[in-house]
This record gives sequence, C-alpha cells and structure tokens, in this order.
Amino acid sequence: MNTLKGFSAPIVTGVVLFGLWEGVLTLLNPQGFVLPAPSEIVGALIDNWDEVYQGARITGFVVGSGLIAGIILGILAALLVTRFRTANETITPLAVAVNAIPIIALAPIFNNWFGLTSPRSNQAIVVALVFFPIFINTTRGLTQVDRSQIELMESYAASRSRITREVRIPNAMPFFFTALKLATSLAVIAAIVAEYFGGRQDALGPMITQSAGLTRYDEAWAAVLAGTAIGAVLYFAVIVLERVAMPWHSLIRAQEGET
Amino acid sequence: MSEESAVSEAMSTGEAESQLVIDIRGATKVFNPGRSNQVEALAEIDLAVEPGEFITLIGPSGCGKSTLLRLIASLIPPSSGSVQVNAKPAEQARLDRDYGMAFQTAGLFDWRSVTKNIELPLELMGWSKGDRRRRAAEMLELVKLSEFAKHHPSELSGGMQQRVAIARALAFSPSLLLMDEPFGALDEMTREHMQDELLRIWKETETTVVFVTHSIPEAVYLSTRVVVMSPRPGTIASTISVDLGDRSAATRDDPAFFKKVTEVRIALREVEG
Ligand SMILES: Nc1ncnc2c1ncn2[C@@H]1O[C@H](COP(=O)(O)OP(=O)(O)OP(=O)(O)O)[C@@H](O)[C@H]1O
Ligand SMILES: [Mg+2]
Repeated sequence: MNTLKGFSAPIVTGVVLFGLWEGVLTLLNPQGFVLPAPSEIVGALIDNWDEVYQGARITGFVVGSGLIAGIILGILAALLVTRFRTANETITPLAVAVNAIPIIALAPIFNNWFGLTSPRSNQAIVVALVFFPIFINTTRGLTQVDRSQIELMESYAASRSRITREVRIPNAMPFFFTALKLATSLAVIAAIVAEYFGGRQDALGPMITQSAGLTRYDEAWAAVLAGTAIGAVLYFAVIVLERVAMPWHSLIRAQEGET
Repeated sequence: MSEESAVSEAMSTGEAESQLVIDIRGATKVFNPGRSNQVEALAEIDLAVEPGEFITLIGPSGCGKSTLLRLIASLIPPSSGSVQVNAKPAEQARLDRDYGMAFQTAGLFDWRSVTKNIELPLELMGWSKGDRRRRAAEMLELVKLSEFAKHHPSELSGGMQQRVAIARALAFSPSLLLMDEPFGALDEMTREHMQDELLRIWKETETTVVFVTHSIPEAVYLSTRVVVMSPRPGTIASTISVDLGDRSAATRDDPAFFKKVTEVRIALREVEG
C-alpha cells in the first residue's frame, strides 16, 4: 500500500513532464534534431528493439553483477573491519580517502588491465564504485551503536557475535540501505560511461556513442531510455527490499512525517 | 532451571548472613587517564550491601552514580580497588548473569516489538519460546502495557518505553537489580505505582536492589539505606538508614517519613555546599 503510494507521485510527475516535453518540441523544434520528442524516441526504441534489448541485457548484467559483488565485498569488509578495532581505525579513514578518487576516471586504465573488449573492466569499475559507499556506511552503522544497548547485551553476558547479530547488524541496516540507494544509481551511470571506453561493443554505452556520432539522436536516446529503465528497476527493487528487511523503519519514518 | 543454580541457591541460603551481595573496597574510577580529557569520576568507594537490602544512591548530577552502578555491573573495570558481587569478582557475576539492569535511557531495540524486547534476556538464557511468551505477557501486565505487546518502541511515549525497560530488567527474576533512575521519565501517579510494584517484587522475590535516583522522597520511600554521594570525584559522603516498616499509601503522609526526607535533604545540602 505504502510502497504504491510512494511511487504514484513520481509516475504522475513523469507523465506530466513527458507531455510538456512532447508539446514544447512539436511547437518549437519540428525537425526533432538535437532533442527528439518522446514519440520519436519510442519509435526508435520499437524499430531497434532487438539491438536495444540486447544492449540492455549486457549493460544490465554488468550493473547487476557489479552491484552484487560490490555489496557482498563491502559488507564482508565492514564486518571484518569492525571486528578489530585497530583495523577499523586505520582502514576506514583510508577507504574514505580512496572513495574520493573519481573511480569512473579510471575506466581507460581498467581497460588496459582487463582487455579492451572484455566486460570485466566495466564490471570492475562498478564493483569499485559500489564497494566504497557500502563499506564505509555499513561500517558506520555497525560501530555507531547506542552505548547503553551494547552495555545491556554485555550485562546479559552475550557473546560478541550475538551482539553483532542482535544489535550491530540491525543498527547498520538504515546506513546500508542509504548507501545502496546511492550505489544503484551510480552503478548504472558508471557502467554506461565505462562502456564508452571499452568492453563489449553491443552494450548500451557504445550504442549511445555510435548513434550520436551518426547524428541518430533518437536511437541514442532510446539506449539512454533503456539505461534509465535498468536504474529504475534496480531502485524499485532496493526500496522493496528495504521495506521487507526493516519493517520497523517505515514506522519510525511515518512517525517523523516522512513518506 | 539447571543443577548449577540449585547448588548456588543452596550455598546462598547456607551462608546468607555472612555473604555480602556487593563488596566494594577502595574502588576508584578515572576516565581517560593521562589524557587531556581525564576525568576523576570516583575516589575511594567502600560499600558493602547485604542480601535483601534496598540501597538508593543519591547525589548531585555528574557525581558518579551511574559510574558506580557500571562498576558493580562490571561494564567498566575500576581503576583501582576491588568490586565483588556474590563473593566473586564482578566480572564473574556478570558472566553468571547474577544481576538485571535498567539503564538511565530505556535502551530498547527499535527492531524488536515490545514483547520481543522483554524476551531478549530470556532468549539469551535459552528459555523456550512458550515460557518466554508467558513471562513477557506477565511482565507487560505488571507495567500495564499489555495492549502494546505487538507495538514497536518508536510508537511508545518515553515513559512507556521506560516501563518496558523495567519489565525487561525484571523478566528473568535476577537476585540483584541495578537500576539507574528508572522512574525519571514517569508521571507522578505512574511513578508511585511503579514504586509500590517494585517494592512488592523486591519483597516477594527477596532480591537485592541498588537504585539511583534524584528524588529524595523516592529514595526514602523505597530504600532500607540511602547512600549520599559527594560531587566529583564521587565519594560516599554519608549513609542514612531508613526504617519505616512496610510501605503503604499512608507512609507518604507519615511524620517519620518526612523526618527522613529532611535528614537526607540536609545531608545533600552539606555535600553540595
Ligand atoms: N565513558 C566515560 N568517559 C569519560 N567520562 C565519563 C564517562 N562516563 C562518565 N564520565 C564522567 O564521569 C563523571 C560521572 O558520570 P556519571 O554518569 O557517573 O554521573 P551521574 O552521577 O550518573 O550523573 P547524573 O545524575 O547526571 O546521571 C562525569 O563527570 C562524566 O562526565
Ligand atoms: Mg547517571
């Protein structure tokens, strides 16, 4: 119910925006040159469905596999680092510093490492990009725990792993999901931009550069639309996962008057 | 319950007179020693608590009451001196789960329902699901929150949360109860009701209680002994025995009660200087 309500507003906004876009373009730019109208983009999408679908599958796989690997590595690293206090105090600031590197800028270098036409380099970019925010935020969530909650568990002589399970992990969930929402949108951007520089030539990234190079803007936009769809599907999946994983959290947000 | 606890029960009844529940000798606590933010919280505390006593700690804010309670609970070690609980090092008593604790802040888990919060210590002690459910329901009845069993803490008021925390502390009937201003967030009527309930439980279960409060009447009403602490670094300035017999509504209007209240007030005024 709530989930549906949360999505109806952006859908309505989207429909209105596309309507405006279409209307303004038909009035001012009948050639549909630099910015094609939505109807033309949809037309190009239908005409080139097989290529776009294939490209979306390839890019989607890069995004999905990179996300999953980045999430798993990020969580494991966070658990490991919080297990040892000194590790946390040395590695976490380092990770924050490394995170400041614009990882997407490394795409040409990664291509050299993994081979120009291998999707591995694109995957590696996504993994690196997802890893750091997940790692840093989850570590924060695992360590920034109410002191009396830890003391309470210690007063019950609870083991370390029990404290991690009962207190630290639930406490880290909101931190993790905040990072994950950020990471999913970044992952799509990163995958497509990385594909500009190499990887499989039938992915969405090359499709955009090639179509734009041939001034077939409607096809380029069709590929962008496919990338947007990947991002939207992932974002929706994350929101659903968040509600399932933290039913108590929506209670708190509802109370604070957020939707 | 296990063989082990039956043995320790037999032991404690056998040596009831001689064995102190809490035995603190020359305990001090310095936080962050040698650093710029060093705080000398406690200086030379000696305190002996007999089985069945109800001790309240009272003193100005920041004098180290919570710190003293944490020492007894072995949540922090003393900087020097020794803390014994049930004739063993406090650490061992903690590992043996000899005490239950209610903290100054409720410290409930948002991700657990009210019932699940109360069941937490029972889960850790390996109670069966049915037993846990039954006990949690009893405790909720006691703190008058039965209809909120399935709610989450974020849906409760501060006072209600504190009552859940009290229910959780009492759930496994520990022989020693450590309570840090547990009634601070309650309205006057609920507070008096909880005081009477706590006294009833204390008497029925023959537990020993160490209770921190800022309220002089509360200290006098509840305790067998009021321990007055001086400002930082905290020391025990004086100890006032309270012998008012069985408490009831009438106790609160008893001249003997007011006399004790005045006595504690004077002692507090002296330490605050
Ligand atoms: N973990 C800690 N690290 C550093 N200093 C601490 C720590 N815990 C307590 N202190 C300091 O020790 C002193 C005593 O604190 P404590 O919490 O025991 O006081 P209190 O008597 O319980 O006060 P209140 O009545 O306000 O709860 C304070 O000056 C406090 O700043
Ligand atoms: Mg305190």
